[in-house]
Amino acid sequence: MVAPSTLQRIGPACFELGIGFREGMRVPVRVFGSEKLVKEMDDHVFIQAANVATLPGIVEASFAMPDAHWGYGFPIGGVAAMDEESGVISPGGIGFDINCGMRLVRTDLTFGEVAPRLSELVDALADRVPAGVGARGFLQLNASEFEEALREGAPWAVKRGYGVPEDLVHTEAMGRFSGADPAAVSAHAIERGLAQVGTLGSGNHYLEVQVAHSEGVADPALARAFGIDRPEQVMLMFHCGSRGFGHQVASDYLQLFLRLMPTKFGLPLIDRELASAPFASAEGQSYYAAMCCAANMSFVNRQVILHRIREVFSRVFQRSPEMLGIRCIYDVAHNTAKRETHMVGGEPRRLLVHRKGATRAFPPGHPELPPAYRATGQPVIVGGSMETGSWLLAGVASGAASFYSTAHGSGRTLSRTRARKLVRGRALQDELAARGILVRAASLRGLAEEAGLAYKNVDEVAEATEMAGLSRRVAHLVPIGNVKG
Amino acid sequence: MKARYEFVEGATGDLSFVAYASTLDSLFAAASEAVLAATVEDPSSVAASERQMLSLVEPDVELLLLRFLNELVWLRDAKGLLLRAESVHVTGESEARLDATLIGEPLSRKRHVLAADIKAATAHGLRIEARPDGFEAHVTLDV
Repeated sequence: MVAPSTLQRIGPACFELGIGFREGMRVPVRVFGSEKLVKEMDDHVFIQAANVATLPGIVEASFAMPDAHWGYGFPIGGVAAMDEESGVISPGGIGFDINCGMRLVRTDLTFGEVAPRLSELVDALADRVPAGVGARGFLQLNASEFEEALREGAPWAVKRGYGVPEDLVHTEAMGRFSGADPAAVSAHAIERGLAQVGTLGSGNHYLEVQVAHSEGVADPALARAFGIDRPEQVMLMFHCGSRGFGHQVASDYLQLFLRLMPTKFGLPLIDRELASAPFASAEGQSYYAAMCCAANMSFVNRQVILHRIREVFSRVFQRSPEMLGIRCIYDVAHNTAKRETHMVGGEPRRLLVHRKGATRAFPPGHPELPPAYRATGQPVIVGGSMETGSWLLAGVASGAASFYSTAHGSGRTLSRTRARKLVRGRALQDELAARGILVRAASLRGLAEEAGLAYKNVDEVAEATEMAGLSRRVAHLVPIGNVKG
Repeated sequence: MKARYEFVEGATGDLSFVAYASTLDSLFAAASEAVLAATVEDPSSVAASERQMLSLVEPDVELLLLRFLNELVWLRDAKGLLLRAESVHVTGESEARLDATLIGEPLSRKRHVLAADIKAATAHGLRIEARPDGFEAHVTLDV
């Protein structure tokens, strides 16, 4: 792909498309990334980011992160802040998998201790954390219990013994979006989500056993502050969201907004997946309340999965989770819209920040960070492909340029159909095993679609976020075991 | 024209297909077959032991197709059923209406070789176009 000729470099790793790029743009498009990454982005990223720039109430710019790629409505890696009074809320700016996110967990174990039992460990994780089509969680909830979980988020799970209070302190928004109202959620969505708590999902969702090698630590002081404090330390990372429940919430409201945009809202529709409602309207508020429910379901899901991981480690290594030093470093969402206050033109302003495939990255000193991270900045978790590893980063003050948002992953470069033509799942599994990465996959076809060659180089993405001043690198984490949906 | 579908290159994270058929009824049925083929490795392994009736109304035929496919996804996730269209009847002028009989069986992780976990049919690039010999539908599934 060739980036538009009107794309201008305005910073070391920031490029801008002016409002003349397409009709109706209210603000410019700003794309963060190295020249190489930006040149390699597919043209839909620029078109979609420009479409987002036409939405009512958008403030400052329509942003694309260094891992941006083609999405629905918004590009994945798209960020847009809307004025709370004059702006819209768009399901396409949040993503179907509401509060899809990452959780990173440390252990006291080293690679040398885990390697002899790795196969047993990965098998047990695959057994206890259900993944793939039709997977059902171990929690048998009725509709009323499920609705309680939607209102309360991760604290609901901890209250029932699935975790410790410290997990909540190390979770974005303490694991609960206030404003959740199950009355705004359809019975269809409730029924779909009932059995899904504690399941990993499929597609690009995974649970990975990783190692923080000393040579991969980019900032030893920050790494220590985050809990990476010994050579060859074993870590756990997982990526999942609100499962079919969140998708149903998004689909329900997308269809509602499509019906109301030309009639009640009188809003132009340039892409069906950009269907929106004025945030201040009854329907906009209703979607926000439902989205908060889905965000909370996702926090509950990741909390319950961490509980299962603790059980597995405890059984395999015959020690309590406390003795194994299993602690949540951070849990962060990358598909949300959040009400936040940011400085715009020197004045504080209430905004609804849509981050779709983009991670919130608060800087040191931010009042919403827990005391443990007040001096370091927020941990940011950027997941790579199962072959290349992932990155732990930290928020920085210069991230104000993107409303404190950064990348979320390595970003796909190949479609699933194309990846499947190039890769055989079984051969990939064998090849990875030979390289010391044990993979358990619910679907071999799905495994092939997630091959490393389908993704950008995560190292380049992490480096670009640092060049762009959005976040800084702390440690590279290398996979040794992977459970895939 | 024989109703059929083919998977094509689409949005990088997802699965896109084009369905072809001589009538809207068979176009909807072909699209349901594509969703089933994306979900299980061998759609012919899905037996015909359960029937479900489905009626839907939407402002236009494209939104009706979107809703229809999303109902199939919902039935799989919420009810654990793998279904295809046995018969579909699409009618209406000012608004589009669908009456369908779906047929299939409960999903079994032992008997069915599962492929992609389709989470939603999307409005991305969704369109139904008339052809000299019938219709074609372009659909992207979120995986």
